[in-house]
Amino acid sequence: MEDAWDIAWLLIQLWISVVVFLIMLPAMCGASLGVTEMYIKVLVKTLEWATLRIQRGQRDQLRVQAQFSNGIIQKEDGSMEEEIGELRRCWPRSVAGGEFALCDAFYFCRKGIESIVEDEVTQRFTSEELASWNLLTRTNNNFHYISVRVTIIWGLGLIVRYCVLAPLRITLALIGLSWLVIGTTLVGLLPRSSGKNWLSDLIHLTCYRICARGLSATVRYHNRENRPKKGGICVANHTSPIDVVILANDGCYAMVGQVHGGLMGVLQRSMLKSCPHIWFERSEMKDRHAVANRLKAHIADKTKLPIMIFPEGTCINNTSVMMFKKGSFEIGGTIHPVAIKYDPQFGDAFWNSGKHNMVSYLLRMMTSWAIVCNVWYLPPMTRQEGEDAVHFANRVKSTIARQGGLVDLSWDGGLKREKVKETLKEEQQKMYSSMVVG
Amino acid sequence: MGSRASSLLREEDIEEIKKETGFSHSQITRLYSRFHSLDKGENGALSREDFQRIPELAINPLGDRIINAFFPEGEDQVNFRGFMRTLAHFRPVEDNEKNKDPDAGEPLNSRNNKLLFAFRLYDLDRDDKISRDELLQVLRMMVGVNISDEQLGSIADRTIQEADANGDMCISFSEFIKALEKVDVEQKMSIRFLH
Repeated sequence: MEDAWDIAWLLIQLWISVVVFLIMLPAMCGASLGVTEMYIKVLVKTLEWATLRIQRGQRDQLRVQAQFSNGIIQKEDGSMEEEIGELRRCWPRSVAGGEFALCDAFYFCRKGIESIVEDEVTQRFTSEELASWNLLTRTNNNFHYISVRVTIIWGLGLIVRYCVLAPLRITLALIGLSWLVIGTTLVGLLPRSSGKNWLSDLIHLTCYRICARGLSATVRYHNRENRPKKGGICVANHTSPIDVVILANDGCYAMVGQVHGGLMGVLQRSMLKSCPHIWFERSEMKDRHAVANRLKAHIADKTKLPIMIFPEGTCINNTSVMMFKKGSFEIGGTIHPVAIKYDPQFGDAFWNSGKHNMVSYLLRMMTSWAIVCNVWYLPPMTRQEGEDAVHFANRVKSTIARQGGLVDLSWDGGLKREKVKETLKEEQQKMYSSMVVG
Repeated sequence: MGSRASSLLREEDIEEIKKETGFSHSQITRLYSRFHSLDKGENGALSREDFQRIPELAINPLGDRIINAFFPEGEDQVNFRGFMRTLAHFRPVEDNEKNKDPDAGEPLNSRNNKLLFAFRLYDLDRDDKISRDELLQVLRMMVGVNISDEQLGSIADRTIQEADANGDMCISFSEFIKALEKVDVEQKMSIRFLH
């Protein structure tokens, strides 16, 4: 009995020392022992090998694997005027100046069926389809037996992910978060001084670095000279709550968000003690002026950290950027756009909040291979003379979309949960009416 | 994206759908994936709300009529077979489509069947006639509030006058076909499916 306890105690000590000395401390200093890089290299090789075997296996079974990266259909690109004009050309009576033709309905009919088969919006709210399997059951479309070797590798991968990596990552995450709470509370006791700010930055940074390791996040930052400065607003596309960790890993930001209860609430309150973040009550969020005023007051103070905002307002699946809400673009100040692009091969970072709650989402993250992403800091942008907020927001959105290789959509991310506005249908009707009466 | 959607579709079903609609194997599996992703209730059938959730369809002036075309008379759910059968109307017509089975009847994507689909968009009560009232209602759907009742009425009258051959103030299916004989229906009512 005694021996068993001794052995258990020894194992725990070993575990803790591995975690602290080999992972946590280097992470806090921003250094790396190179283990993660090696892991990623091995992973890439393994996945390439698996892809080849899968393709070979499918050739044997005479099944053509559809290219999932392409669409199901090829859509017509013409505008309403062009297409209906073409239709009417064959109409017996000349309707060039307007009037109605029975064949006009064909245009709407075809557009409608095209959107039923494939539309630009609904596909953004589910995880991206991968061209080839990445040995995670959760991403597989055609889960069928391929070969013994692939199954063995998948099995090994399962064991490694769930029994080795996941406990490690969970330990790190817990350490990171407790570090944040304890550290910020302690720093909060200090009087206001530059020393306090420096310490607060240190605590936040080290905590996020530990958390990033806790997700096996490999992030490549590009153009670091464009990093958001104090008094600015950092704007990025939103894929998951992990975006915060990815960005805060490389700089200190003031967070903006709703006040939560429970564990999130504890984190929020303790973060607030050491440096100013902006947390809104639910009731305050409805009042756009109050929100704008608080944000304005924050950026006016040049000693405060740049604000981190995700103008899409909801998580999108990282294949596109959806409409940016104009609120953050109305308050003035310098906007620092940031593009975040995850590599889906190693793990799907998208949070489908309808399907998974936060805890199961985080567990999925911790049992993926890794989180690999690229972050591009883009040059700062400001609102031009005579430009309205919506136009400015679209300009920033296009810049981010272009850099990240994402599709630029003007659809509202809120369509995830809400119905589309009637006004958009009315626009279509108006456009058609002008073709009927000339 | 259904993660195991295609495994719920059996090979026999795929073969039957292939024979009935003419879609290829890979097209059927891809469309099944799409069907599955639209099916939020995960009960193997789509309701009208499932279609309404597609924003581009919801803003289409004839969106409701198109959705209606998927549902047989009096039914509220459409299963995958019904879904494919309706989509099959929009398969492009292949020039050398050999009709291997002469008893199979007209393929779903023939010119006639495409015209029938369009006809049914206008024929609200499915009585095989487009009355002035029905035409007015569909016109109202397409133009919204932007045209007055009188103007719309005269447009409807003129359309029926031109197409109506037997003087019953309605457009029957054969009159509809005649009116549209010069229009390239095969191309305009087809969607380019890949592979």
